[in-house]
Amino acid sequence: MLSVRDLTVSLGPETAPVDIVAGVSFDVAKGEILGLVGESGCGKSMTSLAVMGLLPQPGPRVRAGRVVLDGSDVTQLQPWQRVEAGHGRMAMIFQEPMTSLNPVRRIGDQIAEAVRVHDQVSGAPALARARELLELVRMPDPAMQLSAYPHQLSGGQRQRVMIAIALACRPQVLIADEPTTALDVTIQIQILGLLRELCGRLDMAILFITHDMGVIAQLADRVAVMYAGRIVETAGVDAVFGSPRHHYTRGLMDCMPVRNAGAHRLPTVSGQPPAPGTIRAGCVFAPRCAAAREECRATDPPRIAVSQGHQVLCAFPLNGGGPA
Amino acid sequence: MSSDDILAVRDLKVSFTARRAGRKYRVQAVDGVSLSLAEGEVLGIVGESGCGKTTLGRAIVGLVQPDGGNIAFKDDDAIAAGGAALRAMRLNVRMVFQDPYASLNPRRTIGDSVAEAGDINGIFRDRTDRSAMIASTLTAVGLDPSFATRYPYELSGGQRQRAGIARAILPTPSVVVADEPVSALDVSVQAQVLNLMMDLREQLRLSMLFISHDLGVIGQISSRVAVMYMGRIVERGATRTVLDHPLHPYTRALIAAIPKPDPSKRILGAIEASEPPSLFKRPAGCAYAARCPLASDRCLVDIPQLRSAGADDRALACHNV
Repeated sequence: MLSVRDLTVSLGPETAPVDIVAGVSFDVAKGEILGLVGESGCGKSMTSLAVMGLLPQPGPRVRAGRVVLDGSDVTQLQPWQRVEAGHGRMAMIFQEPMTSLNPVRRIGDQIAEAVRVHDQVSGAPALARARELLELVRMPDPAMQLSAYPHQLSGGQRQRVMIAIALACRPQVLIADEPTTALDVTIQIQILGLLRELCGRLDMAILFITHDMGVIAQLADRVAVMYAGRIVETAGVDAVFGSPRHHYTRGLMDCMPVRNAGAHRLPTVSGQPPAPGTIRAGCVFAPRCAAAREECRATDPPRIAVSQGHQVLCAFPLNGGGPA
Repeated sequence: MSSDDILAVRDLKVSFTARRAGRKYRVQAVDGVSLSLAEGEVLGIVGESGCGKTTLGRAIVGLVQPDGGNIAFKDDDAIAAGGAALRAMRLNVRMVFQDPYASLNPRRTIGDSVAEAGDINGIFRDRTDRSAMIASTLTAVGLDPSFATRYPYELSGGQRQRAGIARAILPTPSVVVADEPVSALDVSVQAQVLNLMMDLREQLRLSMLFISHDLGVIGQISSRVAVMYMGRIVERGATRTVLDHPLHPYTRALIAAIPKPDPSKRILGAIEASEPPSLFKRPAGCAYAARCPLASDRCLVDIPQLRSAGADDRALACHNV
């Protein structure tokens, strides 16, 4: 449904571009949730904005690569051009719903606005559809909530409203960028459950972006691990957690507190990710990698298929034993 | 307070006045919290947004005024005593804040921020002594002494939080109140900062009140934990006991909702939609009753008090467990 090939997003002048997303490729099928996981600054949000055609202007630009939605290349189209060309069935939800909602408009009107754009209806039918959408996202008391303002809702309810707005275009692809990071865990689990349900019920492809390996394990079917603008490992969720092959993926999991209950010290990944623009030849993770050899620093690592559907960007991948 | 307690809080109450739609509301952020901290101990305070955990921490270091209860530091009711006793307590009970960017003055060097408590209390003999103390404190938190002349914007998030910790340990206090010190950090950096805090606790013999929404982090660093909901402690005990055998229905729900990093243990779909009550409309009885599978009629009218529930300071506030 969504196919991204060699996507490269760059900042700076044409003559000396700095790649903040470098050659990213992935596919998401109908009814599937792909989890894109990585730490701050790894390029995961830039990837999602580039896929949506929402990169801030002026600023980063897609320098190379393709974004293909349901067979159509939409890489260079602005969102409104996508809607006009009939390729508008892609939607996005964000981390902080309060900043995405208009504080002085009732939520029914805000959902109906999206309905008007995509269904070419207005007035009562648009509001009726808004109510349907609120029911779809399991908002308690949907008829009442149509006339509520965003500040009258809780964080979890606001995120439900954002999902309702996103569903107004009957999306084939839904991009969710850290949608539960600002929520408490008892609310987060409700929103994750809702996304899982909607994915199956509406047969959507979901690209779910997060820094939280726990959320990935709970929700994703497949996982892409991102580091310094590159996808370093892609695999089914069981393979990533059962036998991670990239040293960074393994490091990320080892330093999670929940995996080390009662341990005196946490294992750490020493150092910090490289700043964009300071990246030179060789593997981007080599400076922090305990297993790095001379050739890792000299030449770019190969992308190796270690098994069916499991790829790793590493010259010397782990042998696939379970985590300690 | 028992003889090896360094800090004891009794029936602490903190409230704020909030204005909504032209009406004034009294929000009881902390509603009768009692706790004690033994020397060298790390006590975890865990709860979700709005449960009052941050207000509790801020009241203990004196950043907000409680409207009831008392805070005793080393046997003195310092807040009531005021004056020199209060100043001594403030130098001995220090805070590490959640957002290291918001809590460091952007126009002061890291060195000046780290030395501020020492400057105010006149602990440095001269400039050389001051520089040496700043340098050794920065080294202790894993920063190069050259960071003393840098500004916060030049530092990464992890480095800023190390600077925030350095500020809290010069001069060395007895108690550190750490309010979500690692929740703004990436997981790989979070592990580094947690390790640092565990090392400092040992080296400097600190007692620590560690406030967090993250039970994984609490399980890592604290030996005892208190679970808060709507301004009250609902469960308390040794961390491993509480995490492995939670008693209060809220603690159980909280632990169940943690996304486990294990795809074979998926729990999606098993959780009913429910949210905490509004802080402005506090229910008459147990604040958790509306979400609680065990709630009975009594829970709707009668607030359950924290009572002893076993060895190792185990305590519970529930009518039906």
